[in-house]
Amino acid sequence: MKKPLEIRWHGRGGQGVVTASRILADATLREGKYFQSFPEYGPERMGAPVKAFNRISSQPLRMHCGVTNPEIVVVIDPTLLGLAEILEGLDEKGTIVVNFEGSPQELREMLGFKGGRVVTVDASQISRDILGRVVVNTSMLGALGKVLPEVSMENLLEAVRSQFGEKLRPEVIDKNLLCLTKACEEAQIDE
Amino acid sequence: MAKVVGFNGNAAVAYAMKQINPDVVAAYPITPQTDCVERFAEYVSEGLVDSEFITVESEHSAMSACIGAAAAGGRVMTATAANGLALMWEMLYIAASMRLPIVMMVTNRALSGNINIHCDHADTMGARDAGWIHLFSENAQEAYDNTIQAIKIAEDLGVRLPIMVTQDGFIISHAVERVEILEDEEVKNFIGAYKGRYPLLDLNNPVTYGPIDLFDYYFEHKRSQIEAIDNCLPVIERVGKEFGELSGRNYELLEGYRLEDAEYAVVALGSTCGTAREAIDSLREKGKKVGLLKMRCFRPFPRESVIEALSPLKGIAVLDRSVSFGGFGGPLFTEVRSALYDAPSRPSIINFFYGLGGRDIYPEDIEKALEKTEEVVKAGKIEQHIDYLGLRE
Repeated sequence: MKKPLEIRWHGRGGQGVVTASRILADATLREGKYFQSFPEYGPERMGAPVKAFNRISSQPLRMHCGVTNPEIVVVIDPTLLGLAEILEGLDEKGTIVVNFEGSPQELREMLGFKGGRVVTVDASQISRDILGRVVVNTSMLGALGKVLPEVSMENLLEAVRSQFGEKLRPEVIDKNLLCLTKACEEAQIDE
Repeated sequence: MAKVVGFNGNAAVAYAMKQINPDVVAAYPITPQTDCVERFAEYVSEGLVDSEFITVESEHSAMSACIGAAAAGGRVMTATAANGLALMWEMLYIAASMRLPIVMMVTNRALSGNINIHCDHADTMGARDAGWIHLFSENAQEAYDNTIQAIKIAEDLGVRLPIMVTQDGFIISHAVERVEILEDEEVKNFIGAYKGRYPLLDLNNPVTYGPIDLFDYYFEHKRSQIEAIDNCLPVIERVGKEFGELSGRNYELLEGYRLEDAEYAVVALGSTCGTAREAIDSLREKGKKVGLLKMRCFRPFPRESVIEALSPLKGIAVLDRSVSFGGFGGPLFTEVRSALYDAPSRPSIINFFYGLGGRDIYPEDIEKALEKTEEVVKAGKIEQHIDYLGLRE
């Protein structure tokens, strides 16, 4: 069986990494694919580093172990970049997508990540401009969507609408959708 | 037409409970089950079910309320985990002794100490002698499917016993996966209307539940309870087949994976079976004749099916996610090994403990267990019956 596409999300408790991972799962469901989305759970800790994971495949997913060698790493909080675990297990041909105000080349230098692809987007600024506060998970889904041919932008947007449909006011949902599309446009890629 | 949704195990079971629409649910929240009961409470508050939802002050009270409601003649469900199950202890035995068809979802979680909220099977394995039927689920889909089947099995007049449907805490309960759900009407028709037997609320036919029962009859009553649970196996098989006709997903007491021509196999419970399939496929690619026996039904223990599946093999690795301290091996090992004592041929069996307190298990660990088992068989002698996977020594 072909190895599924595996994604690891890094953020801090309360920033919405688990929600982002679930929205991605919903978008993959809409693609008719098999998927898993699961958090790395400890005690609930606001502000502490947390991880979430996605698997995507065209075949049924059977394994229930953790993701150790992700193809894509998404970092939604730039203050986590100093952690060694950010690059842990990331394939040298892999992709790292980071909420970062500088260029992908600067980030590459900073991380010492030579291979693969580096994607940066200033998601904090985008969300500050659109939402009036720094809630970056939908922006980061947009940046990820740019390098994720498995999932269409339409399905990502639809998954955001569905996730927030009953929880947020329509205008806030629209702003989140705008964050997603804007981050997708603005994301810079260094191959 | 089946609908596909993204559910974690908790959501899948809560949704099954909504479709079952039981008369009474009494539950107390405990990690990692909380999400399931919260969702069901939402269904209650939104008026989507007719259930009487009883909030209680402890799991002991939850099970007590379930027993009262079931004896009164209601269709009753609950959910718990770990220490919550432990607090239900004495009431578990009473539910089974009264032959009350209560269905309970358990998210398997380690029993302290030290404090741990993650998956192992210590909780339900500790309750294995309480007289309940135990069905394990490999993924969220099976947790959903097993919950619906459990109603029909428990309420069958040849059974009338309580059932625990388990799923691995966090690994399944909190992982969102693809789940195919049935239509409400399909579930309703499959389980049928419930009719309590000898209900307390039938005032024209008064009955007594739980009277004192000393050396004059207690033993005979236990003897009939032994027979009752032993007789469940054909019902579990029949309901699994009927569910297959409805959903396309057939269920048996146990499931063999690539066992037909296998020489070595792992025996496991729950989510590990999925991970094991990856290990089996990988070893098969290297030319190894290996397979998996997934135990879906642990109580009653399907002895004859186990003998039939495992007897032809050369070696078996039994994976236990809980310990029976001071015993010779874990709960699954002792059952499998004991069943094979009368088998026409007896494979070598090694017990591997793994995954306590949520320690992850990977396909490579399971491959290692199978390779070690093969080495032992080739060496012709078992030096070490008990081994460990994923442990630092």
